[in-house]
Amino acid sequence: MSINASWYLSLSVVLFAIGALGVLVRRNVLIMFMCVELMLNASNLAFVTFARTLHDIGGQVLVFFVLVVAAAEVVVGLGIVVAIFRRRANTTADDLHLMKG
Amino acid sequence: MTTLLGVLVTSAHPTVPDVGVFAVAAAIILAGAIGVVVARNPVHSALMLVMTLFGVAVIFVLQQASFLAAVQVIVYAGAIVVLFLFVIMFLGVDRKEEVAAERLRGQGPLAVALVVLGATGLLLLGQISKWTTGQPHVAGPDSGAPNVNLIGTSLYTTYLFPFEATSALLIIAVVGAVVLARRPPASPLEADAVAEVATTDSPAPTAIADAAQDVADGSPEGENEGENEDAGVDA
Repeated sequence: MSINASWYLSLSVVLFAIGALGVLVRRNVLIMFMCVELMLNASNLAFVTFARTLHDIGGQVLVFFVLVVAAAEVVVGLGIVVAIFRRRANTTADDLHLMKG
Repeated sequence: MTTLLGVLVTSAHPTVPDVGVFAVAAAIILAGAIGVVVARNPVHSALMLVMTLFGVAVIFVLQQASFLAAVQVIVYAGAIVVLFLFVIMFLGVDRKEEVAAERLRGQGPLAVALVVLGATGLLLLGQISKWTTGQPHVAGPDSGAPNVNLIGTSLYTTYLFPFEATSALLIIAVVGAVVLARRPPASPLEADAVAEVATTDSPAPTAIADAAQDVADGSPEGENEGENEDAGVDA
């Protein structure tokens, strides 16, 4: 272990915070998706760091699964965005209140 | 190369190249992440996302996760971001977004405060506690064998069932994307179903026809619950 693990984990925390901020403040659905990807990458970073620190390959295998789930999530999410865009002609999250009670 | 990596691993103190690579990669990651959030044009956001993903891949290489670094570049930068760009250009939404219009009151400052609070809490927690606790070697020790061998062995022994479930997940995602992105046919079936529901409320026949027409046209007002009765009064 050449660099202390806390540096990697701090980077992961900051990256996750930026992603969460983006999801909260941006209103374009596509950019919100990208910010979710940032948060997933932050978690991947933490997984790899712990795999390295604990000498356990399971962390890296879990990153593999996160990658697959992220790919599936993006495919379905963008499908939903395309389906919404057919009806509403914009991708702003605030305008999607059709199911609001 | 392997001897170089061995030297880096066994050295207790971080070497200058290590620190340099980490600093540059971290700067790239954070600059890209901030760019994703602040860019007004979605295409710029996607390109900034590529930058961040490459930085994360560099960090993976720095931590001897070479397989994941390759997968990161191929899957994320090569497939997911291309999918994002494809959808952005397909929808033609690569224009600036108006930010001032009708957002929730105080959402921005509240979001910033919450995120800063959470991140600060996590960082402080890392300072006052031990980062790594728990049982090491749950899925087999990282014995120094090549990274791909270790991951493959673990994937096909310990994590065999999740791996198989992953294939099912991917198939479901593909089918779901096809179903979602399919252009819905303006089918008489759908209109009939709505008319059937509407007859239970017993409005005027013209209202039924109107509601069915609304649904067939795909206008959102057709899904309003009070629409049928209003139309019946009008008729």
